[in-house]
Amino acid sequence: MERELKYADLVEQPISMNPKKFALWLFMVSVVMVFAGLTSAYIVRQSEGNWLEYDLPEIFWVTSGIALLSSVTLHWAYYSARKDNFANLKIGMVLTVLLGIAFLVGQWYSWVAMVDREVFFVGNPSGSFLYVFTGLHAVHLISGVIFLIIVLISTFRLKVHSRALNTMEMATTYWHFLGGLWLYLFMFLLLNH
Amino acid sequence: MATASAAHHDTAHDHHDHEHHDNFITKYIFSQDHKMIAKQYLVTGIFWAIIGGFLSVLFRLQLGFPDMSLEFLRPLLGGWIDESGKLDPTFYLALVTMHGTIMVFFVLTAGLSGTFSNFLIPLQIGARDMASGFMNMISYWLFFVSGVIMFISLFIKTGPAGGGWVVYPPLSALEQAIPGSGLGMTLWLIAMTFFIASSLMGGINYITTVINLRTKGMSFSRLPLTIWAFFLTAVIGLLSFPVLFAAALLLVFDRSFGTSFYLSDIYVAGEALPNTGGSPVLFQHLFWFLGHPEVYIVLLPALGITSEVIATNSRKPIFGYKAMIISMLGITILSFIVWAHHMFVSGMNPFLGSIFMFLTLIIAVPSAVKVFNYLTTLWRGNLIFTPAMLFSIGLVSFFISGGLTGIFLGNSAIDIQLHDTYFVVAHFHLVMGSASFFGMVAGVYHWFPKMFGRMMDAKLGYIHFWLTFTGVYLVFFPMHYIGIAGFPRRYYSWTNFSFTELYTDLNMFVSAAAIITFAAQFIFLFNFFYSMYRGRKATLNPWRSNTIEWTTPLHPGHGNWPGEIPAVYRWPYDYSKPGAAEDFIPQTVPLSQTPESNLPHEQEQVKLELEIIKEEAEVLVGNESKHH
Repeated sequence: MERELKYADLVEQPISMNPKKFALWLFMVSVVMVFAGLTSAYIVRQSEGNWLEYDLPEIFWVTSGIALLSSVTLHWAYYSARKDNFANLKIGMVLTVLLGIAFLVGQWYSWVAMVDREVFFVGNPSGSFLYVFTGLHAVHLISGVIFLIIVLISTFRLKVHSRALNTMEMATTYWHFLGGLWLYLFMFLLLNH
Repeated sequence: MATASAAHHDTAHDHHDHEHHDNFITKYIFSQDHKMIAKQYLVTGIFWAIIGGFLSVLFRLQLGFPDMSLEFLRPLLGGWIDESGKLDPTFYLALVTMHGTIMVFFVLTAGLSGTFSNFLIPLQIGARDMASGFMNMISYWLFFVSGVIMFISLFIKTGPAGGGWVVYPPLSALEQAIPGSGLGMTLWLIAMTFFIASSLMGGINYITTVINLRTKGMSFSRLPLTIWAFFLTAVIGLLSFPVLFAAALLLVFDRSFGTSFYLSDIYVAGEALPNTGGSPVLFQHLFWFLGHPEVYIVLLPALGITSEVIATNSRKPIFGYKAMIISMLGITILSFIVWAHHMFVSGMNPFLGSIFMFLTLIIAVPSAVKVFNYLTTLWRGNLIFTPAMLFSIGLVSFFISGGLTGIFLGNSAIDIQLHDTYFVVAHFHLVMGSASFFGMVAGVYHWFPKMFGRMMDAKLGYIHFWLTFTGVYLVFFPMHYIGIAGFPRRYYSWTNFSFTELYTDLNMFVSAAAIITFAAQFIFLFNFFYSMYRGRKATLNPWRSNTIEWTTPLHPGHGNWPGEIPAVYRWPYDYSKPGAAEDFIPQTVPLSQTPESNLPHEQEQVKLELEIIKEEAEVLVGNESKHH
């Protein structure tokens, strides 16, 4: 072992990333695993037959658009924070929070659309899976909105600026992740239907 | 920088500050110090081990002495002993279920990883504490809440969960199936949800700490194998526990909301259930995607502890340090792609079965590499038989004898005969149960001086070891024969066929051995609690070990090292290095101080090292002036 050590090892100062940010990434890994498990379960179950077919609620296209737009506004807010442009930062944060809530309302209407199609939570697993996907994603999204509101409050207290970006960066990462997760779930449902 | 200077501050004024900042509650109950959290995990784990062991004694009484009157247990078990003085059959199922759940999750996951990852990661990598002490505290208290809920479920009227620790639906999903599938199962699921959250928080902390908070010079190629093992264990947990959560979530929906993820076309007592379209095998897939990696979550920390203990007490460098790491990585990866070997007889495609069989048998390769490296480390070493060393060697023994039967069980054809028999029970109790338990006990004996500043009594340790070691073999070796004969596990009694009478004596023997082995654990308990207060005072480095936890004070405060954290200049296994004055060179000794034992290439590094030390001193001085 010793033989292969480079002299660089002798001085290596291993601290590389903010521990909180790193922990957030690990948390996102565990969320990915939950949804990987659920979507695999969907495929396994689908291949066994007795599978109810129904049309996906059209409102998913709208909510996906909202998710994308909210990521854009949040990133705009983040860039504004980096440039200490507080007016834009506040506008961006407020817009993102509103879009996040709009997304949640939209997802609720997707359930209404499902009920209109007479596909209920209780019934063929094909429909139940959709409720679980959207519901569990919404739970995570609510945590994201709460995180955004915390950041929003600190922006109004002028605690987010170019030299204090950690929380902002974490909120941005988490929010992009949740948007991406939704797009994955939507694509998955489109492709496996 | 802030935490470092705060910790420095604390220890510099030691007692004075302690009285001001740490009251009883913040020091012993809601502590954020990784060492105290580790001790909390250890004591809770021991509590659960006693309960789990006691439950197994109860059902062993039924299996070994089916005609015996258990009237004397009525004060404890009440209605679970029927009028004729026998154990209630449904309660027997609950006993088996709870024994499995408690041992796998509460003792060998939380008790083992929780204790030693928490205790050793910051101490051996040179960190003040975990990345987030607060999250670490939450992790313990979620585990505690989970334990309280599981404990309550032992005492409810319908009894605790009874569908086996694997909680397969439909048995676990339908309240009318058995009494244990009612409230007991609900509490089981709630408790496990808390447990999963606790494990994830703990695991995220372990990984973050190992990657981000290592001291100067502590590169990955200089990490003790314990840390490698804890790190990979945490990675496995992070990837597999969420999937158990997904499985449990769907089970909750099936139980409480009427969905049909796992249920289809079921008649209970002549009544047709409305559920249609579900698949019980789906649950097995999801469950074993956690369930199999869980085996390695339980085992890897024990293997890590063993590597450390064996190298130290053989006074030899661990054989094949890199091979050990690669094997552990191999086991980590393979553990995720073998889950269906638990399901060979579930009606899955036989072709798929042979793929999983192939992948399963590959695990024998890294496992064998590890065994080989343990044996070659021991080979011609200056062995010092401390209790920890004996338990580590015991682990290697169980790992071999239990691992060999794994090769049989991994074959999908042989598994048709052996599936769900006592052969399986014997296999995993040796290779995973006893081996991990021995690793845990070895860890307690070895790091007790660091935890409590005192030594455990070695003589009692030897008695504990020999009784437990022989006891474990006396329990599980005969069980292989019972299993090959076709005795199925989880059955209250198996007396319908005349051939089973041949094995009555063997079952009796196993039960007697189990009771003696369980009783022997009280020697350990006495030793543990007695030594905590009355044990011989420990020296700073009682095992003459290289790792840096032994450079801390006898009773390290919160922050571990008073003053600067030591830098690391070499790997942790420089034992009996030719030319060296002593038979160990701690990691904190620079190469420049050991010219007599340096290998030629190390001698070349000395010059560079000296330059770097000088540069660093300059940088440090520069930093200091910047900060103040």
